[in-house]
Amino acid sequence: MKRLLLLLSLCAVTAWAGEAQPMAEDPKVEARLVVMAEELRCLVCQNESLASSHAELAEDLRREVRKLIRDGLTDAQIKTYLVERYGDFVLYRPPVKPLTWPLWFGPFALLILAVWGLARYLRHRKALVHQRMSETDNAQVESLLKE
Amino acid sequence: MKKFLIPLVLFFGLVAFLAVGLKRDPREIPSPLVGKPAPAFSLPTLQGDKPFSPADFKGQVWLFNVWATWCVACREEHPLLVEFSKTQSVPIVGLSYKEIQAADQANGPLSDEAKLGLARERSLRFLQRQGDPYKLSVMDLDGRVGIDYGVYGVPETYLIDREGVIRYKQVGPVTPEILENKLLPLIRSLEKS
Repeated sequence: MKRLLLLLSLCAVTAWAGEAQPMAEDPKVEARLVVMAEELRCLVCQNESLASSHAELAEDLRREVRKLIRDGLTDAQIKTYLVERYGDFVLYRPPVKPLTWPLWFGPFALLILAVWGLARYLRHRKALVHQRMSETDNAQVESLLKE
Repeated sequence: MKKFLIPLVLFFGLVAFLAVGLKRDPREIPSPLVGKPAPAFSLPTLQGDKPFSPADFKGQVWLFNVWATWCVACREEHPLLVEFSKTQSVPIVGLSYKEIQAADQANGPLSDEAKLGLARERSLRFLQRQGDPYKLSVMDLDGRVGIDYGVYGVPETYLIDREGVIRYKQVGPVTPEILENKLLPLIRSLEKS
């Protein structure tokens, strides 16, 4: 247990060390970088954005994006630059194209299918209830109750 | 129709989807570079003072292997590359990727010359000990060329054809299976055409 605590405290120290990164000189560039990096995926630790990742590659890519911002590229151009190298995977918001249609429209298709199925089922059940309470059934119930 | 079969069929459908999904490697990202010309660069080499650029290898099929001495998985594939270089005619060019890590500069940043010197020394020592499969190795100290090639997990290996087009990309170590089933057949067909 003590050892585990020691290990954890060591981890905490390294995590702090990672956070002391040099900030870019230009706050405007930094602001744009932060907004854009939230939308970009770090390829090493795939569930982290480029903004929050401490991976070395993320650091390099942030540096690269900073440079591109200073070169005067638009956000769309910078995204294209990264997609050309790493694929759509770097984007947290995948583009709408035939390959990603199932991803974008699949849930809606499933919803429509489910609603249709539910409607069908309900109609069927309603019909069953009506059927059950036919005249003969009623008469039978009456006679049984009398007995 | 037998009603009770519906949930069963749905269940097996779900299981099939999950089984396929779980077997896929999330680190394997389809590279947009396959089928595109290999990005140009000019970098100093490990051995000499003349810089290398991919255009120098136009007209022949070659392998481009991203490696570093700090990369553990590279050591795993290294013997296979050495074996390959002895038995096959296709040259392997190494890309020494970010040999100088942050830890090397803990006592203050190094100058570019010092970095190159240290990287060369360390890489040469590694290749002397483990065998040198590379026709030549280029030094990508800041990882800029790595970004152009979409490198995100060393080792990576690219197969480049006579026209300088990337035909295959392997992320992670090349295994004997990948070499036998994917790389070698592709190389053979590229060399014929």
